[in-house]
Amino acid sequence: MCDTCGCGEPGSKAVIRLPGESNQNNHDHNHDHEHDHNHHGERRISVESDILSANNLLAERNRGYLEAMGILAINIMSSPGSGKTSLLEKTIIDLRDEISFFVIEGDQQTLNDAQRIESAGAPAVQINTGNGCHLDADMVNKALKKHSLEKGSVVMIENVGNLICPSLFFLGEKKRVVIMSVTEGEDKPVKYPAMFESADLCLINKTDLLPYLEYDLGKAMEFGRKVNHQLHFIEVSAKTGQGMERWYEWLRNEKSSV
Amino acid sequence: MPMHEMSIAQNIIDIAASEAKKAGVRNVLELELEIGKLAGVEYESLEFALGILAPGSVIDGCNLVIHKPDGQAVCCDCGFRFFTDSHISTCPECNSYYCSVDCGKELKVKSILVD
Repeated sequence: MCDTCGCGEPGSKAVIRLPGESNQNNHDHNHDHEHDHNHHGERRISVESDILSANNLLAERNRGYLEAMGILAINIMSSPGSGKTSLLEKTIIDLRDEISFFVIEGDQQTLNDAQRIESAGAPAVQINTGNGCHLDADMVNKALKKHSLEKGSVVMIENVGNLICPSLFFLGEKKRVVIMSVTEGEDKPVKYPAMFESADLCLINKTDLLPYLEYDLGKAMEFGRKVNHQLHFIEVSAKTGQGMERWYEWLRNEKSSV
Repeated sequence: MPMHEMSIAQNIIDIAASEAKKAGVRNVLELELEIGKLAGVEYESLEFALGILAPGSVIDGCNLVIHKPDGQAVCCDCGFRFFTDSHISTCPECNSYYCSVDCGKELKVKSILVD
């Protein structure tokens, strides 16, 4: 298919030219857009532009930079209070001799989370979004520049606690991790499908509390898989460390394939 | 106002402004959008956000047209295509959960009408 206009003719191969070299089109038709002209001189300009394209482009730029540096970037998302920061603290403490971490913290207000991460032993930059409900690629681009990143390190981006908005905004991450905790309802995935649909891994946190709750793990996973057939689950307790080794394995595996 | 419709509205205005500039005009008479019913955008919130951001921008006073394509999914097991209003669908033909939503997630500025 022609990739310029979508007509049935064979698509042109990528053309690589030197400056000044002419581009010979291999098929002959008009690529001009149709414009309506009426007697008032009004004209319609065909735009056909993705509304999120500015963010997507910048996300790709971040992704390229991170890839060139051999850095694994993970976008961590969840509702507020499901244990994103605790999980990061525990991960940093357990793996800091093995992996060099840099953490970007997104919250509406305060430096609290960045301070917690620094105390755990990793450099952190806090993004305060003010009224914003999600991080975007531009914020992450600026945050990445705040720290001289080490080649082969891991950048953890803790998004604003919100299961709705962050899913639409790519940041340049390689993988998306969504956390749900057993103190929430099992039906979070079907209530917020866009988030779970775009995630690669779902960590089910606070499993140490399972004996005190009526949470059905199997049901939660079934809901998750209804939304995203490829979703992978790991049950963890950031508090007791239970299951964390499987999460670390996943991280090591992703890191080795950057 | 914590909502992503605000960011989306700002992006729409940026795109309209850049196209208007290219066309050498100051104002857009009509803004034509395509926002799928499964795109994760609340139409009312988006219109509200556009209304707030419009004054002083190229879209101030313009006519807003939003096309709202329905969600469609294809069953990965039997290939049946059907309309859906949800990200989670069961195939009406074979009851499979393995359905892939491939229409209704559009987020696009289609065109602008200028003088």
